[in-house]
Amino acid sequence: MGYRIFDHTADLGVEITGASQEEVYAGAAGALFDLLTDLSSVRESEERTLTVEGEGPDDLLVNFLRELLYSWNGEGFLMKHCTVREAAPRRLTAVLRGETYDPARHRIRMEIKAVTYHQASIRRTAAGWMGKVVFDV
Amino acid sequence: MMSDTRFRRIDEWRWEIPPTGGMRVPGLLYTSEKLLKGMGADEGPRQVANVAHLPGIVKNSLAMPDMHWGYGFPIGGVAAFDLDEGIVSPGGVGYDINCGCRLMTTRLRLTDVRERIPALVTALFQNVPSGVGSRGPLKLSQKEERQVLVEGAAWAVRHGYGTAADLETTEDSGVMAGADPEKVSDRALLRGKDQLGTLGSGNHFLEIEVVEELFDETAAAAFGLEPGQICVLIHSGSRGLGYQVCDDYLARMVKHVGEIGIDLPDRQLACARLNSDRGRDYLAAMACAANYAWTNRQMLMHRTRETFEKTLGMGPRELGMRLLYDVCHNIAKIETLPVEGKEVRLCVHRKGATRAFPPGHAAVPQAYRKAGQPVLIPGDMGTGSYVLAGTQGAFTETFGSACHGAGRVMSRTQATKSCRGRSIPREMAERGVIVMASGRGTLQEEIPEAYKNLDDVVEVVHRAGLSRKVAKLRTLGCIKG
Repeated sequence: MGYRIFDHTADLGVEITGASQEEVYAGAAGALFDLLTDLSSVRESEERTLTVEGEGPDDLLVNFLRELLYSWNGEGFLMKHCTVREAAPRRLTAVLRGETYDPARHRIRMEIKAVTYHQASIRRTAAGWMGKVVFDV
Repeated sequence: MMSDTRFRRIDEWRWEIPPTGGMRVPGLLYTSEKLLKGMGADEGPRQVANVAHLPGIVKNSLAMPDMHWGYGFPIGGVAAFDLDEGIVSPGGVGYDINCGCRLMTTRLRLTDVRERIPALVTALFQNVPSGVGSRGPLKLSQKEERQVLVEGAAWAVRHGYGTAADLETTEDSGVMAGADPEKVSDRALLRGKDQLGTLGSGNHFLEIEVVEELFDETAAAAFGLEPGQICVLIHSGSRGLGYQVCDDYLARMVKHVGEIGIDLPDRQLACARLNSDRGRDYLAAMACAANYAWTNRQMLMHRTRETFEKTLGMGPRELGMRLLYDVCHNIAKIETLPVEGKEVRLCVHRKGATRAFPPGHAAVPQAYRKAGQPVLIPGDMGTGSYVLAGTQGAFTETFGSACHGAGRVMSRTQATKSCRGRSIPREMAERGVIVMASGRGTLQEEIPEAYKNLDDVVEVVHRAGLSRKVAKLRTLGCIKG
């Protein structure tokens, strides 16, 4: 996974790198579910398309992750794979593959309460793109 | 490296952050030299300064000694806002709306039940749903869930979970006025319907403790605390429903905050005017989540009573498990408080801070009115907790607020790293604490050294006059999510 955890006293900060914005959005989705569960135990038996809107790229990153977190917390969907089809400044469409939570096969590593706006950003770097987000855990 | 925010020391327990840039009022930290040094590069002080930018803030942006880096507001932050000029901020309450503590006393003495502690911890772990996504004993219909959101803890009592006496010693009798379920989203309702009566995970816990030391015998007697007595402390909140309410309203406010001409140093501080529809809607939804949390803790207490009775083969009278008090430490409330000698109605945000009302205040239960409101301060799982009493000092200086816990110093990843090759349950057993947790990583993230020293934190609020020490309790057993 192209992400690393950065230290934040109470919460969990994640930095995601990628060659394009699309890769960073997809990587952030992957990081969220990698933190939640062991992805090798998740099958790709269900496909969903998700479209979110935002005021700009930073807002889009938070809104995208908020929707993904709700798909877990509210609907019990565990994502294994994400392809970002469109990442316009105010609109993002992604195709998600995964399955519904099965307590017999999936171990949940932690509770993530929320995706915060605190320090959330997506920026171009010398090497490509980098996203940053803090989860409330 | 210390945070680059500049401080001006006022006295041994007070540090000021003088206003710079867009700060409308100074920041004021209640802390000690030792705690301040221990904070290292923690960004908490910068967040105290950020909160001071918000419109309508009164007097100071405050921080309690357990303060640490949060998101938007610091954890351990207190800020009060004028009802006409001021704002309400979901981030100033936190995701876990009405996260709080509830302490129960019993007739049991350690000498009577020492051998039974392992059996009690095991039974509690089996009977009290805990851990990520755990489900409660009920699946609420939509009608029932709406009743919970309006009635609060009284709903639980009405359905046989506890007694009317429990409500008398719950902050606000376990119900916040103004709750409107219409302001709560379908998503939040969905998340709430099967989580009532669950502990949650992370730093939420249920502990068996023993009263180890009394500092104020008169107040301890009023609170019904005696040395050697077995008590139970519950720390939990509004579960997924509360997180969703915060998330929904924060997103709405982030989108519209530009329209009201507020320049925010951090988007997580997004807010709405208290006198706007958006502000009023949030408060109505927040009250629903607060009521859900009080109902939740009431049900957790009932399950604890049943478990003790069954495990020890005792009746309710013999066990005598009485609710000493229940306080919330993540909330925004409209309260009447003294400001420069005048009584003013304000919206007080306590994010990781406990209400600490003084002796004589009408909101303090009659039985405790001479002593002051009980203030419950949990520590890390290897230590125990304190019971304090609210003071006039807190009422006049900190909008009737004190600290809420030990406060983290180590990130969860740092804590987990430092646990390599260690067995935390064994280390805890060597300290005389039996721990059981649902999540494999929880115990590592929650190791005692991840927190500030509770004695140091409590000493600051005691010496600064924000609360008086009444009793110290030591942990015997702990269940975590």
